[in-house]
Order: sequence, then C-alpha cells, then structure tokens
Amino acid sequence: MNYVPHTSEDRSEMLKTIGVSSIDELFSDVPSQVKLDRKLNLPPAMSEFQLMKYMSDLAGKNTTTDRMVSFLGAGVYDHYVPSVVKHIISRSEFYTSYTPYQAEVSQGMLQSIFEYQTLMCELTAMDISNASLYDGATAITEAAMMASRLTRKQEVIISQAVHPDYRRTLRTYAHNLELNVTEVPFKDGSTDIKAIRDLVSDSTACVILQSPNFFGCIENMALAAEAAHEKKALFVACVDPISLGIIAPPGEYGADIAVGEAQGLGIPMGFGGPHLGFMTCRKEHMRQMPGRVAGETHDNQGRRGYLLTLQAREQHIRRDRATSNICSNQALCALAATVYLSWLGKQGIKEVAEQCVAKAHYACEKLSEIPGFERKHSAPFFKEFAVKTPVNPEKLCKGLLEASILGGLPLGRFYSGLSDSMLVAVTEKRTKGEIDALCRALEGLV
Amino acid sequence: MSMPLIFEKSKPGRKAYSLPELDVPKNESPDLLPDWAIRKQNASLPEISEVDLVRHYTELSRRNFGVDQGFYPLGSCTMKYNPKVNEDVAALSGFNNIHPYQPEELVQGALQLMYEFGRDLCEISGMHEASLQPAAGAHGELTGLMLIRAYHESRGEGKKRTKVIVPDSAHGTNPASAAFCGYRVVEVKSDEQGGVNLDSLREVISDDVAALMLTNPNTLGLFDENVTEIAEIVHNAGGLLYYDGANMNAIVGVVRPGDMGFDVLHYNVHKTFSTPHGGGGPGCGAIAVKKILAPFLPVPVVDKQGDLYTLNYDRPQSIGMVKGFYGNFNVMVKGFAYIRSLGAEGLRRVAETAVLNANYIMRRLEKYYNLPYDRHCKHEFVIDASRQLQYGVHTNDIAKALLDLGFHAPTVYFPLIVREAMMIEPTETESKETLDAFIEAMIEIAQLAETSPEKLQTAPHNTVVGRLDDVTAARRPILRWTPPEE
Amino acid sequence: MYPKDLKYTEQHEWVRVDGNQATVGITHFAQDQLGAIVGVGLPDEEADMEKGSELADLDSMKTADQIFAPVSGKIVKVNTALDTQPELLNEDPYGEGWVAVIEMTNLKELDHLMSADEYEAHVAKEAGE
Repeated sequence: MNYVPHTSEDRSEMLKTIGVSSIDELFSDVPSQVKLDRKLNLPPAMSEFQLMKYMSDLAGKNTTTDRMVSFLGAGVYDHYVPSVVKHIISRSEFYTSYTPYQAEVSQGMLQSIFEYQTLMCELTAMDISNASLYDGATAITEAAMMASRLTRKQEVIISQAVHPDYRRTLRTYAHNLELNVTEVPFKDGSTDIKAIRDLVSDSTACVILQSPNFFGCIENMALAAEAAHEKKALFVACVDPISLGIIAPPGEYGADIAVGEAQGLGIPMGFGGPHLGFMTCRKEHMRQMPGRVAGETHDNQGRRGYLLTLQAREQHIRRDRATSNICSNQALCALAATVYLSWLGKQGIKEVAEQCVAKAHYACEKLSEIPGFERKHSAPFFKEFAVKTPVNPEKLCKGLLEASILGGLPLGRFYSGLSDSMLVAVTEKRTKGEIDALCRALEGLV
Repeated sequence: MSMPLIFEKSKPGRKAYSLPELDVPKNESPDLLPDWAIRKQNASLPEISEVDLVRHYTELSRRNFGVDQGFYPLGSCTMKYNPKVNEDVAALSGFNNIHPYQPEELVQGALQLMYEFGRDLCEISGMHEASLQPAAGAHGELTGLMLIRAYHESRGEGKKRTKVIVPDSAHGTNPASAAFCGYRVVEVKSDEQGGVNLDSLREVISDDVAALMLTNPNTLGLFDENVTEIAEIVHNAGGLLYYDGANMNAIVGVVRPGDMGFDVLHYNVHKTFSTPHGGGGPGCGAIAVKKILAPFLPVPVVDKQGDLYTLNYDRPQSIGMVKGFYGNFNVMVKGFAYIRSLGAEGLRRVAETAVLNANYIMRRLEKYYNLPYDRHCKHEFVIDASRQLQYGVHTNDIAKALLDLGFHAPTVYFPLIVREAMMIEPTETESKETLDAFIEAMIEIAQLAETSPEKLQTAPHNTVVGRLDDVTAARRPILRWTPPEE
Repeated sequence: MYPKDLKYTEQHEWVRVDGNQATVGITHFAQDQLGAIVGVGLPDEEADMEKGSELADLDSMKTADQIFAPVSGKIVKVNTALDTQPELLNEDPYGEGWVAVIEMTNLKELDHLMSADEYEAHVAKEAGE
C-alpha cells in the first residue's frame, strides 16, 4: 500500500521546478559510505485487505475479556466504556490534530482540555490541573520531582503499598537525579503511619501514598499528610478517580499534589496503554507543575477563548531548566475521560463507585465463605482486595481459566511475603452471577 | 459567538448514563467505609442528556483543525495522513480488551506484534535491540540517555562523564531530557551551512562528555554531511551518540542512524509511522540501540523462545522501568500496521516524496521569502520573515493569515537560531495540487505584506475566535471553570 | 532609563543601597529584552544568599530567565505583589517592580558593581553585539 499521491508526471514537473534531474540528487548530501545500498529487510507490502487479515489473525491470538470474566485489576480495570466515548474520540477533527499551538483553529481541543482540567479539579478537590501526563507511574514520578523542586530537598518517601511499577519507575528516574527514595513498609495491607513519622525529616521533599493502595486498602491519608506537613514536606496522593465518587478526595485531606491513573475513565485496558496520567495541585505550586495546561482568555473582540498557557515552564522555552522534558500529553485519552465523566455526571460517578464497593464487598464475603479462603487484610477497601488462598494462587488462576475466568493477580510476583494471596478486582461490570461463578469454580479447585 | 462549556449546559437531574440495577445485596454496615474515608462534598460533574453531550463535543470537534480537514505543514511534527485502516485494526477487540497482567499464553498475538515491531524498528534504524516502553518522543530521549548513563556507570565512568552536548538548533526536548537525566548541557554552535560546527565540537569534547545528541537532518531540515566525522570525534573521546528520530521521515529507507554511527535513537512513531497525534498524544517513543546498550534496556523486553513470546524481566543490568507496563500498545499496533502495509519500497518512497515535496515548496517560495540556508533541504525547510519585517509583518502574522486561507500554520519561531523562523514540513502524503494551493497562499500573503500589512497583523478573521490575549492568560491564569456566584 | 543613584550588574540587575540593606531589581534594558513578564518565582524570606546565586526566576512570553543575587546576605523582604502582578517588572522596574531586599553581609561586594554610566556603556556594547 502507498499513501503517496504523485503521478510520474507530477514528479517530473516538480523535479524540473527544483532544478534537479532525479530525487537521488536531493540526497547528494548524504555521504555515500553510509547510504543504505540495499532495500530494507522487511516483509513484503500488504494491501489493505491483506493487512486487515494479518492483523485480525494476530488479534485473534489474544484471549480477550469478551470471552473471559475478569477479576484482574492491579492498576488496570475492566470498567465499562460507554459508546459515546468511542464515537467522540473517533472524530478525526480531534484525533488527527496536533498539540493545539494555533489556538484559533484548535478551540475544540483546547476547550475540551479546559473542561478536563475542571473535571479533575472537581474530582480531586484541588485547585488546578494540568492537561494530563503519560500514565500513573510517570505521574507519581513527575510529582516527586516537582516536590523536590518546590522544597529544594532530595528525599522522597514512598509507601511500599504503592503500585510496584510506579515505584520502579520512580526509582529509575530518581537514580539519575540524585533523589533518594525511601520506602515505608506496610502493616496488614496499610502503610505504617508511625514509620512515616520516624522517617520524615527536614530533608524530606515529599511523602507519597496511594489510596486505595495496591492491595485495594483505603489508607488513612489525613494522618499521613499530617506526618508529612509536620516537617514541611509535601504530601502526594495517588488516587483512583473512580473511587472519588464516594471516597474522600485529596483536597479534603490536605494533599499538596494529587496524581494517578485515570484509565478507568473510559479508556480500554489495551494491554497496558495508552492510559491517562493526571496531576492536580494547589494553586501556589502552579509554576512548578509539569506538562501542558490550557487557560481561558479573550480575543481581540472580547470573545471567550482558550489557549495553552504558562508555557515558560516547558521545554521549548526553558530547555534544560524546564519543569519536565515532557512535550506531549495524552490529549485524546483526556478527551475520553472528559466525555466519560460528563456522561456519568454528578450522580453517575457516585453510582459507579457505589456499585464497585457493593460488588467488591459481596465478592469478598462470598469468597471468605469458601473453606481456606479469607481476606488477607482488615482495612476498609474500595473495589479490590487481597484474598488468602489455601492453594497456590498461581495454580488457582490457571484452573480458573478453564471456567473462562481471568482470576486475580497472584501477589507473590511483587511481594514475596504475600505469595499465599491474590488480588481480586470487582468493577461495576461484574454481576452477581459472575461472582458466584468465580466462587463455585474456586470451590471446585480446592 | 463563544461556545458554552459543558458545565454551563448542566441542569440538575439530567443524566446520560445508564448502569444495571445493583444485583448484589447492599451491605449497609457503617464499618464498610468509615466516616473518615467518605467524601464530604460531591464533585460537581455536569448533568446533561446524551444527545446534548454528543452535540457539545461534535460542535467542539468542528472548532478543531486536523489533517483530515486540510494541509498541516507543521515543521518537525510530520503531520502526514493517518490511514483509516490502521484505526480499524487498532480498534479490534483482540488489541483492546486484554489486560497487561494476563498470562502470556493468552496474549501471544500482542507479544508477537511487539516483537515483530521491535525487529522492524531495528532494521529500519540499523540497530540491534529495541524497547517500546517510552510513551512519546521526549520520553524515548530520556530513556535513551538513561541507557547511556547506565553504560558509562557500568564502565566506572559514571561520575566522570557529566556533560551532554546539544547543538543550538536542537529541539527543546533534547536539553530538557539531558537535564532530567542529571546531565549538564553544553551547547555547540551551528556552522554557516546549518550543521554542527566541528571546531566548536572539538573545543568542547573531552572525557567528561557522556553523549552528543543530534537530529539529522537537523531542525533546519538540512542533512549534516559531516555526520561520520562528528561520530568519530565523539566516539574517540569515549562518548556515545544519540539520534533524535523526530526527523526520520526524511531518511527512512535511504540511510540509517545506526550506519551513521549513532548508538541509540528514539522514534516518534506518531510522526514517521503515521499514527495520529490525537491533539497532543498519546504517542509512542520506541527506542532502538546498538548491542553495547542492549543490556540496559528497560524491562520487560519481549523475547521469543521457540514459538513462544515472553516478557523478560530478568535483565540484571536494566535501568528498570520508565512507565507502567509495556508502553502505548495501541499506538504500536497502528505503527506496525503502517510499516507492514508499506514494506521496504513504500517506506523509501515516503522519505523520497517527503523530500521532493519540501524542496518543491522551498524553490517556489524563495522569490518571496528569505531562505537563510540555500541548499537542498530534506523533509522540511526554514524560511524567515525578514523581508516582510520591513512592512511590520512578523512570522506570527503570516501564520495567522494562513489560518484564514484554510491551512494550518507552519511551526513558527523555531529553530531558535533563525529570527522570525517559519519551519515548513509538507510530508509525503500531499498532492501537487495541495502544495500549489499552499504556495499560492504564501505568495498572496507576501504580496499583502507589501500592500496591506494591517490585514495580516489583525489576522485571523475567519476563525471562531480571533487572536487571543496570551499575556493576560499567563499573568492571570484561569485554568478551570468556576460556577458564577449566585 | 538608568537612575544615577543605583548600582548595576553585568546581568542587568540594579541595587539600591540603604545602609546595609540592598534593594534589588532588574533594569529597564532587562525587562525590555524579556518582553511581557508573566510570572515570577520569588525566593523565601529569611533565605541566605551567596553573591551570584539564583535570587528569582522570571517567565516571559518568549523566554525564561534568572535573576542572580548581586550581593551576599539574608533576604529580609520579598515583593510578593509580583506574584499576582508580574507586569510591575515591565511597567515600573525601578519602583514597584523591585524584587527583594537583601541585608548585606559583605559591603565590599558593592565595589564590584557598576555606576549608571558604566552600565549604560555596558548595555550599549551588548546591544551592539
């Protein structure tokens, strides 16, 4: 296939205008000793139909959640994606546009970003939001670096109950910036607040907790924030936006920066990406916030309009002193979240959250009735919980596949001390029937 | 008319959503969620019917300009046509409704795609191993530099090598990425041909240099003929070479960064391989490296053992992870589909045509606009508004006037080394008729600059809003909607 | 444009000396080069400054720049009005656009600063380049 429109006549006319006799001449400045003297070694080109077939075959080799009932979460959740989301983000005026530098012809994207920022501020109860970041893992990392700039301190304290990929990403970045990352242990699935108090010092830039944390437990964020603030460290809250339909938002417990993964807001699981990192913060920290941000203003006739603003923070102006090297955001994913949240509205976000809570608790209760199964932790939880199993959870999950059930995540992979447990996620999409089927299948396996 | 925000269309009690009736018994125990965990004040999300929701965002989309609406010659951004079939294959359930922690045997198709895509990217760049994890070009840059740093550290030279050399024409992400990798940035001047000044390079090169970052062709759209010499100078001093792949569209299938001497590059899959920019993301910043850097690649790496594809986390020298999971998989699907539909000859034709189109516009415009570097360009070129400046017309005025004529503007005021710069990248997917129409528009603007500059200075006139007050927006930032006070 | 009673640095800061207190700001030339200033990162009060260390951070529409402490000492006052009205730096650089007051610890450092005439010559040279 080929998307080049020129006829050979076009080509020769253009070459004539340029004043060269061949296209090769235009490459005469490429030293011949480095020029590729052969064709690239790639499979032959495919027609559209062949491509569709080839790609469908590849896609067919994956077993999807259409064919399995999923209780797998661990940072990526099987929430319902309403039809309107797909239709809006499939409008090519949006998806074939670039970052909205030319504001006058990008009002659609800019206004949607402004709406997204408002929605994220509302959900997290914080003052300002950026236009989005890559994902939850990089959002936490950006928050740590931002806190370090704000406090001019190099110590970052993060709970071990934060998603393992997020911590690993943070450590990768921190290594190069001489940020010292210390991990706080957890007890019974919740971060040890006393340990935070012991660790926080005058050189702490920030304390980072996730709630609900990796084990689904709701952390006592207010106490953790207090511990951080006592030593003038910032408190970074990593949250699941779906939970904010009913769970206390970062702004209500004194967080300075709120971040998280917003995949649940209308974005498919998609084998781990693209997803949607978000960041909101307090107004006074605005100038150190990384990433793009849209603002409201007026045109020369007094009409309201939107543009990218506060650009002096960014790499194209500040270069090596920028607040981040980040250039793009996840604009189309942010649009998906905007449409999703508008679809849910004030009541819907609450109801989704309530259904998650009700169904997850029902599942937990039913699972605990199976001999040998019990919940691993005692803290309150939202839509996910760890359950201790009488048989190796890896084995159980394998067995569940026979019943077309994608079981939870065996925790031993990330926490050697928890190899007897698996993490079970229950979204609003799961039905009583599916939960009961999970329990029956497990009963059959032990 | 300014358009209401979704919040301004909200009416209490309206709703678009539907959820199934709760079918499990509701546990009303107060212990379930203690009071301290409960939200005190509801989030004020808009309340709107589904049809009004759809109309709102449809209307917004009409106030947005994409490649499907018209010519988008935004330099260094490669706004080529985004093939529709790629959207369709990426929308397949088999690529969307899979969880990253599913057992490997249930995602063999996804892993095979990643494996083959990685192999293709290595072949196209002349490298040996790839990582698809970085989410965008800038992220790929940072990851590539982390690998370079890990490499020097593994040789006990981590502390010694503290500098990264970046040409003054570089993308802003280059110095920013270097700084976020803990490096000090040393700028090296361009010569009068627009390439790296070799004398300046020799002056700054020493055994404290970790790497040189280069894009070739550079941001002026010019191929640096001294590239092998540059590589030799840097390598002789023990430094490595980073290739900024933002301009790969100029050379794909013609010359490979690996063969030019580079050790690592990032791709902007959303540029070279046609995946849509989505209004600023998501992208894919896959990187490919020479053997010496491979041990340090982020985990997991997709391996093939017999017929089985696996995610390999067992890479003891790895830098770790740079984001969650494996990268922006759905973007990879589209990029992979593009490579496979074009094949080797199709890809080479991309570069050839992109370069042909850019030179064609450049030569037809040189009578009307100043060309600071007069030589064959590659996929893009830079003109400046110095001739128009005498009539009080700036680059920004020209850009805004283009919007009135139905075109997106080129990149303006970049690269920084050209005053009043305008960077034009037509891409290979535009027909001669489209290029001619753009050229005519640019000529018309050049004439207007002489006869009625005020028309340009007040442009755009036909867009939904006129020129926006960016200074007030920055001084008194309004970054969210707030309800009017009762 | 360059008041005679002030002292100047090569990086275009001005200093108004009153006993051991030095009020610091940016010159007319500096604000003109920066264009519309839209944001300011101010130092903390009570912070100790070494001569040459970063005192404040300026954002304009086209660039970002730093102000360096022209003298060493403790910051005793910061012009917080700049937080909400960064335009004061453009509109009244020697008056309401002052940045900070430093209580000097080494008055000898003042000897290295330029007079208005010297500074004007410095600016003329820089503008000519």
